[in-house]
Amino acid sequence: MRSVTTFAVIFAVLSSLVLLMSPAAQADTSLTVEVEIPRLSVAEYHRPYIAIWVSDPHQQRVSDIEVWYDTAMANQEGHKWLPDLRQWWRRSGRQLDLPVDGVSGATRAPGNHSISVRESALQALERGDYILHIEAAREVGGREHLRLPFSWPADAGLLQEQQGEHELGRVRLHAH
Amino acid sequence: MKINTSVFKHGLLAAAVCASVISAPAFAHRAWLLPQSTVLAGDEPMVTIDGAISNSIFIADYHALRSDSLEAHNNQGAQVELQNLHTGRFRTSFDLTLAEPGTYRIASASRGMTARWQNSDGSRGMFPGRGQPHNDAAISDAVPDDAENVQIGLMSRRIETFVTAGAPTQQTIAPTGEGLEMVFHTHPNDLFNGETAQFQLMIDGEPASAAEVILIKDGARYRNQQEETEFTTDSEGRFEVQWTEPGMYWLEASYQDERAPAPATSRRGSYAVTLEVLPE
Repeated sequence: MRSVTTFAVIFAVLSSLVLLMSPAAQADTSLTVEVEIPRLSVAEYHRPYIAIWVSDPHQQRVSDIEVWYDTAMANQEGHKWLPDLRQWWRRSGRQLDLPVDGVSGATRAPGNHSISVRESALQALERGDYILHIEAAREVGGREHLRLPFSWPADAGLLQEQQGEHELGRVRLHAH
Repeated sequence: MKINTSVFKHGLLAAAVCASVISAPAFAHRAWLLPQSTVLAGDEPMVTIDGAISNSIFIADYHALRSDSLEAHNNQGAQVELQNLHTGRFRTSFDLTLAEPGTYRIASASRGMTARWQNSDGSRGMFPGRGQPHNDAAISDAVPDDAENVQIGLMSRRIETFVTAGAPTQQTIAPTGEGLEMVFHTHPNDLFNGETAQFQLMIDGEPASAAEVILIKDGARYRNQQEETEFTTDSEGRFEVQWTEPGMYWLEASYQDERAPAPATSRRGSYAVTLEVLPE
């Protein structure tokens, strides 16, 4: 009887150690971010710059998921307005050598956009609490920054959602 | 109008300001350098900067800041050209190309002895004359032998601001060890509303204790009061500012003591910096 109990305790300890030490143990969980860019009826419309990134609860950057900006302009002219994504610029952008493969991308049209968070970004996550940031800034327009908290590893049923009011529509984070 | 009382407390400072390189006949006026952006990105971004002396912070309505002692340096310490330099009636303006990443310092600084005296006929004398550069070697000869009430002070003055391309860097913001200046324990281009910034004032490389500091946010024209905040530095020259509103700020510090090299009997410093505080 005692040996069975001991075995059970050891097994429990070992399995939690495995969980603690190996983030890859949860690699079968994936995250999807949905971002709605609202259609605005304004005289001068430019597609917004948008940064999607993950920080710890103290706003320290953990990984960048996507940054959408004018990547096609000559002489990296499109970089000029990246500091308008103020928090992302402070926490990440200003340290980066842009463009970043797999992160930098062209601006997107109004509508719903679904992004699967790439494996390498998930592998950077250790067990703990995080914030997914979605920050948007539009030329001659406004700025909006939404935050979706989550824990990692994520439960398969995870669904966080917020409704933007200005530069963003509905944003969602779900795990599956 | 609220007048900066700390200036009035020290009559000599008023005189010294009058005589300094930047000609500022009325000591209530404030000298400033105003960048249109402090946080920049991209390939060799450019920024434009104004310099003026005025009553209302960042409203150029009195006198242009003289450009002859104005310098800009990049993070490697190399001097950078002031492009398209223009001095008008009310302001000096110029552009900078930030060819290298990092923090740039734009400053006008001077340090030297200033003498004031009364001549035998009752008239007042001063050296150097208004708008003239310091010349410490000539100061003893400049004061007449029969002068009375001779007061010689070592005066330092610095007006500066900072801009950054990419990530903020530390090299350019380090103090020079001369005059009244600031040690930025919080980087001047990394100030955010809701956070607390740590600053330290130094006089000739030593902590400047009991220095008086005032802080005024831009836009005073559109409010009834100056809403200036006052600070006094502690024994290590330190003070901290908790930002409760984003905006462009003008910070001015003044310091005085009696620890001056002969023939000066007093040492005075004035320091002004423009700081941008970004919203979260």
